Amino acid sequence: MSNMKAFTNGLIKENPTFVLVLGTCPVLAITTTGFNGVGMGLATAMVLVLSNVFISLVKDYIPDKVRIAVFITVIATMVTVVELLMKAYTPGLYKALGIFIPLIIVNCLVLGRAEAFAQKKGVWASFLDGLGMGLGFTIALTLISIVREILGNGSFFTIPLLPAGSSTMLLFILPPGAFLTFGLLFAIMNALKKKYKM
Amino acid sequence: MAKMESTLKNMVLSLTLISMLMAALLGTVYTMTKAPIEKADKEKEISAVKEVLPAYDNDPMKTKKEIDGLTFYTGTKSGQVVGCAVRTFTTKGFAGRFDLMVGFKPNGTINKIAVLEQKETPGLGAKMTDSKFIDQFNEKNPAVFRLKVKKDVGDVDAISAATISSRAFCDGVQKAYDLYMKNFAKPVVAGAATTDTVKVKGGQHE
Repeated sequence: MSNMKAFTNGLIKENPTFVLVLGTCPVLAITTTGFNGVGMGLATAMVLVLSNVFISLVKDYIPDKVRIAVFITVIATMVTVVELLMKAYTPGLYKALGIFIPLIIVNCLVLGRAEAFAQKKGVWASFLDGLGMGLGFTIALTLISIVREILGNGSFFTIPLLPAGSSTMLLFILPPGAFLTFGLLFAIMNALKKKYKM
Repeated sequence: MAKMESTLKNMVLSLTLISMLMAALLGTVYTMTKAPIEKADKEKEISAVKEVLPAYDNDPMKTKKEIDGLTFYTGTKSGQVVGCAVRTFTTKGFAGRFDLMVGFKPNGTINKIAVLEQKETPGLGAKMTDSKFIDQFNEKNPAVFRLKVKKDVGDVDAISAATISSRAFCDGVQKAYDLYMKNFAKPVVAGAATTDTVKVKGGQHE
């Protein structure tokens, strides 16, 4: 597999949310506003890139039987690093995402890429894979959160689209709306993929 | 290079070394970000105090005082107390605790309220930050303005479909008001926060 393919793979063909369906907890929970979606996606992408690169660097020194323990140690560290950086430089976003930042540790997408890709491939390919998967995740989160924000809150990235006080479909901001939006976008993605034979 | 074999020695060695490396990395990042994090927290605090107090010219951070879990910042202008910002909280929110900053004038009238931290449902309880809800408290004195939603026979217009959040909001403000009246509305205690007791007395009757 060429390096370029490692990157583009995560964007659509193996999109972590719509195709691999990994790490759906943040997908459903935090996608209430566009900014949350983008922020969470980018935070996860950063963790993915850091952990992929580090794991592929040390892969030769990890005995097979303790690899999961090593992966989790590495991922937990990277998440804490990202968390501290966000706290220091983007306190507003940190406040909005709250508990979901530390929870990136248990996002199976990160561990999944470490296990399926980084521990077998070179550093550069792992970097691209992390970046591609991370961006694919960001795109998916952004799409879902845009739909939910427009329908549920009548705004697009906090820019109001409707006059103040008009009623919106609150359902889409609440958890059931997350499942509905996720399912509908999933179906659209599958239909498009079938049509263009991807 | 071939993978390391899973012998006990290798496993212990590998895990120990990687854990140490990670600990070192964490330590470095922690030290690096410690100052900016403290600065960001402080700025947040200052901007909230500024928002809810009438114009002042002292440093309210220096008058910071903690009573029963709430934090009080007194603002003075040319030595005269103009108001007090109270950091309060409630645990009765729909998603648990949220934090408010309430600015009181010396006679207990609410100047302005700001929401500091909340995780209420977006589109419902989170609407407490809308001016439609939060501005109704401005210039109201809880001595006559009943801090309860209309459903509970009060004077507060609740956020539609978010009565729990509205009730919790009132609970937080009430807590701040009670403690403020108990500890600060008396010239003795308020005098301790500033240096000019005479002028504080004048302020109390404002």
